[in-house]
Amino acid sequence: MLNGTTTEIAERKALRINPAKTCQPIGAMYAALGIHGCMPHSHGSQGCCSYHRSHLTRHFKEPVMATTSSFTEGASVFGGLANLTQALRNIFTIYDPEIVAVHTTCLSEVIGDDIPTIIRKAREEGCIPDGKLVIHANTPSFVGSHVYGFANMTTAMVNYLSEKTGTVLNQVNVIPGFVEPADMREIKRIAAAMGVEIVMFPDTSNVLDGPLTGQYKMYPEGGATVAQIKSAGDSIATVALGHFASHVAAATLESKCKVPAAFLELPIGVSATDRFVDAIRGYAGVEVPAAIELERGRLVDLMSDLHQYFHGKRVAVSGDPDQVIALTQFLLELEMKPVMCITGSPGNAFEKRMHELLDSVVPAAKIKQNADLFELHQWMKNEPVDLLITNTYGKHIARAENVPFVRFGFPILDRAGHRYYPTIGYAGATRLIDQMLNALLDHRDRTCSEEWFELVQ
Amino acid sequence: MSDFPTNSAVDPCDAEGFPRSNAPLPDPAATREEMLKLYPPKTRKKREKQLLVNDPVTPPEIGANTRTVPGIISQRGCTYAGCRGVVIGPIHDILHITHGPVGCGYYSWLTRRNLGRPRDDQPVNYLQYCMSTDMMEEEIIFGGEKKLAAAIREAYRIFKPKAIAVYATCPVGLIGDDIHTVCRQAKEELGINVFGFSCEGYKGVSQSAGHHIANNGVFKHMVGLLDEPDPEPFRINVLGEYNIGGDAWEIDTLLKKCGIHVTATLSGDISYEQICKCHTSDLNVVMCHRSINYMAEMMEVKFGIPWIKVNFIGAEQSAKSLRKIAKYFGDQRLLDRVEEVIAQETSALRPVLEDVKSRCKGKTAAMFVGGSRAHHYQHLFKDIGMLTVAAGYEFAHRDDYEGRRVLPTIKVDADSRNIEELDVEADPTRFSPRKSPEQIAALAEGGFSFKDYEGMMTEMRKSTLVIDDISHHEIEKLIEIYKPDIIGSGIKDKFVIEKFGVPCKQLHSYDYGGPYAAFTGAANFYLEVDRMINTKVWKLVTPSWKKDPKLRENFGVGIDSAGNKAIRDTVAGMAKAWKPRKTGPTDAEG
Repeated sequence: MLNGTTTEIAERKALRINPAKTCQPIGAMYAALGIHGCMPHSHGSQGCCSYHRSHLTRHFKEPVMATTSSFTEGASVFGGLANLTQALRNIFTIYDPEIVAVHTTCLSEVIGDDIPTIIRKAREEGCIPDGKLVIHANTPSFVGSHVYGFANMTTAMVNYLSEKTGTVLNQVNVIPGFVEPADMREIKRIAAAMGVEIVMFPDTSNVLDGPLTGQYKMYPEGGATVAQIKSAGDSIATVALGHFASHVAAATLESKCKVPAAFLELPIGVSATDRFVDAIRGYAGVEVPAAIELERGRLVDLMSDLHQYFHGKRVAVSGDPDQVIALTQFLLELEMKPVMCITGSPGNAFEKRMHELLDSVVPAAKIKQNADLFELHQWMKNEPVDLLITNTYGKHIARAENVPFVRFGFPILDRAGHRYYPTIGYAGATRLIDQMLNALLDHRDRTCSEEWFELVQ
Repeated sequence: MSDFPTNSAVDPCDAEGFPRSNAPLPDPAATREEMLKLYPPKTRKKREKQLLVNDPVTPPEIGANTRTVPGIISQRGCTYAGCRGVVIGPIHDILHITHGPVGCGYYSWLTRRNLGRPRDDQPVNYLQYCMSTDMMEEEIIFGGEKKLAAAIREAYRIFKPKAIAVYATCPVGLIGDDIHTVCRQAKEELGINVFGFSCEGYKGVSQSAGHHIANNGVFKHMVGLLDEPDPEPFRINVLGEYNIGGDAWEIDTLLKKCGIHVTATLSGDISYEQICKCHTSDLNVVMCHRSINYMAEMMEVKFGIPWIKVNFIGAEQSAKSLRKIAKYFGDQRLLDRVEEVIAQETSALRPVLEDVKSRCKGKTAAMFVGGSRAHHYQHLFKDIGMLTVAAGYEFAHRDDYEGRRVLPTIKVDADSRNIEELDVEADPTRFSPRKSPEQIAALAEGGFSFKDYEGMMTEMRKSTLVIDDISHHEIEKLIEIYKPDIIGSGIKDKFVIEKFGVPCKQLHSYDYGGPYAAFTGAANFYLEVDRMINTKVWKLVTPSWKKDPKLRENFGVGIDSAGNKAIRDTVAGMAKAWKPRKTGPTDAEG
């Protein structure tokens, strides 16, 4: 397994090996699926759309619908106007969405297609029926990562749809970040428990975790409606979760519609969830109900019960920057040692924030943005860890190094739990504890000598 | 004569030998119209040519290998996917670098199930590594050649591979990076084989262009580099077999039993060395005609190796293919051995087949996949008495539908013209016809045919639907009207189809199962189809209160059922007999 990975670390300036990121358009496609009645559209070669749909489907095990401009060599030379115009005519005639969310690809970005102009012309030509909407985001694959694509499409929702009418509505916006449908469902559950109306966008719950009913719905029940996103301009405030995926959209809403924003991190673990609950409480002017405090109390109880199994354990983490920043704080709450923390996405904010978190408590921690799993594996070969937390692509490293492994983040291609159980909020932290404990103790039970194989732990 | 003679009283077939459907079949022409009627005129005009009612005797001309209409939800991928992902990707002891932004390399990293088993002398399985130049804006603006050259150097320094293949993605072609010059220079500098593929995603109309580009590159840069024939007799190459779910291993095992030696499988579980010496083999047998017929043709012209079409999917087809290979070599001992093996395999398979058939016969299937599987897998369904009511390829050409006899009449359009056709000539020293013209004439007289792909339509029942590059809307209509018992498709359709309550077998990845090739693989497939069609999970979809609100279906079962009356009575008795226990001081003090 990964027999070519050397302990000796050679400097690389050009070669990416086993990336911990992918390209922008897949993030934009995922975000667009969080609008109700939306058809995501990939403006580029049909291979992009095919790859993104395939990969999202492997992760969610759900239908992922999206259309493509199907560029050929001619379109690549002469531009994609004709392709996108024809595509819009076909999409509205055949698939009848409320809204189409166009994202670009490296191909259309290199050509320099002016999407707003193409959309305007398509409307003039009657390809977009009255009352139907087309929005767009520029998502060049050679800038940023999939997280940036998500952020760009979320920002496009604000730019195109949100409006300030002057009447403040008694609701709080939540921009959840590049998280699972189960996480978005959890955010809604917490808000409902607190009695607070929220507008959350994107919202992929009930879109990418649909039931089996014998009926297929191209546009499932879920998703933030256009009306909701529009009304976000009239909300009391915005709670944006995650610097990389959500903050720009929140800042855009702040500047466009003067909706004040709280720039939070993902609510993973006790304190981060406290901050989230506090922000919702503060903006909505409500009390935190006993039921939420009870959940929190059970989580802290669990942490105290199991403290011995986590304390001092060395952890290597790879994931999207918002996820790694938030998870690191939870690991520190458990008094674990996040000794290696990488993200594939570029962005200095990651390293800055991670140093703030780790320099005083784990001074030797290796922190790197724009890194890859090959390098993380090499670090682990030099300094072994007790636990590895990454998306599914870490499974080879875990096997090669025989290290306990927890799947976390995007994508998870080989397990099911992420589709049903959140990792955010107090309930999510409970689940993460369960997963980490199982990984650590299963490993111990499989590898310890017989005299130390214990019934009770 | 069939190796699995059907009992016509038990398994009624129609006059052409196709299984009969349990339910009456809908009108295919009306279904076709239903699929087409929603389309805008321009789209309809295009789709009309790709959506036909079959006639196996004179297949109608199909509009295959043409552009996908923008805005249509298609299954198709791109040229890069066909080249990097399908044809070259499986070579596990050379290093593959994708030149472009990170996504293309990322999505083609271990997502296709071309399994590989590293050889003892080459312990690194490069398929576990995704390598990319991860082009950023700077390289898009100023060019990526320097970064590519540096990436190749870095890769060599770390891994010391025997060869490095480089794949171009969309922006590379647009900005004009000359990957071939970079590769040539790296080859000189590093002293290993380094070669590039201009497989930008926008070329061609589907993955198919990528297959062609890959064939050309493999032929130019690898085939013929090692003139060391294997010592075994009856040497063949299996072309167009990618070892999805271990299929190539299954075929290899079967051939070995017969005494037939596989020099190379292109490109399932293949090593660099095997590709370099595959020109020393004596026969090319072609599984997936679409993806690799170019290679078979070029090897015949350059080295004199004839090719025949085979199919190891389905029991009857596997037997037929073995006999055909044995007949080619014409050795009596081989012919006898093949019969022995077929007899052994079929007798082992028969009980499974009959058992599964008893539950699956008369059911219907539809398949939309690839460039050969939608044809090959019809045989497996037929084995267990199931009729394929609709089928189509994702990226095939007319010859894969209508047979190679239409090749001279295929119009080469602009998209295909962009893909290089290699000018191949007989090798001055190594061209050696494996069969003399007399031998070939004698074989032909005995009914043996070379280069003989008859296409899918000639083997499909009359009045079935043939749909090229099926779109999502058409799949929905098909399910609605035909209600097939199972659909074979890919990951993008799987969960759409299953939301309707129809099981979908992924025929690209086998749903992470397999192997399905040869006889043992056939048994796996029969059992898998049986499981999928007859699983009770579909019956759980509707809760009892939705079936009949008045019916108290959940009562009268379990302990409450009539059969468990005795247990129920015991419980009732215990409840009646219960009395509060008297506690006194003596009890407490013991």
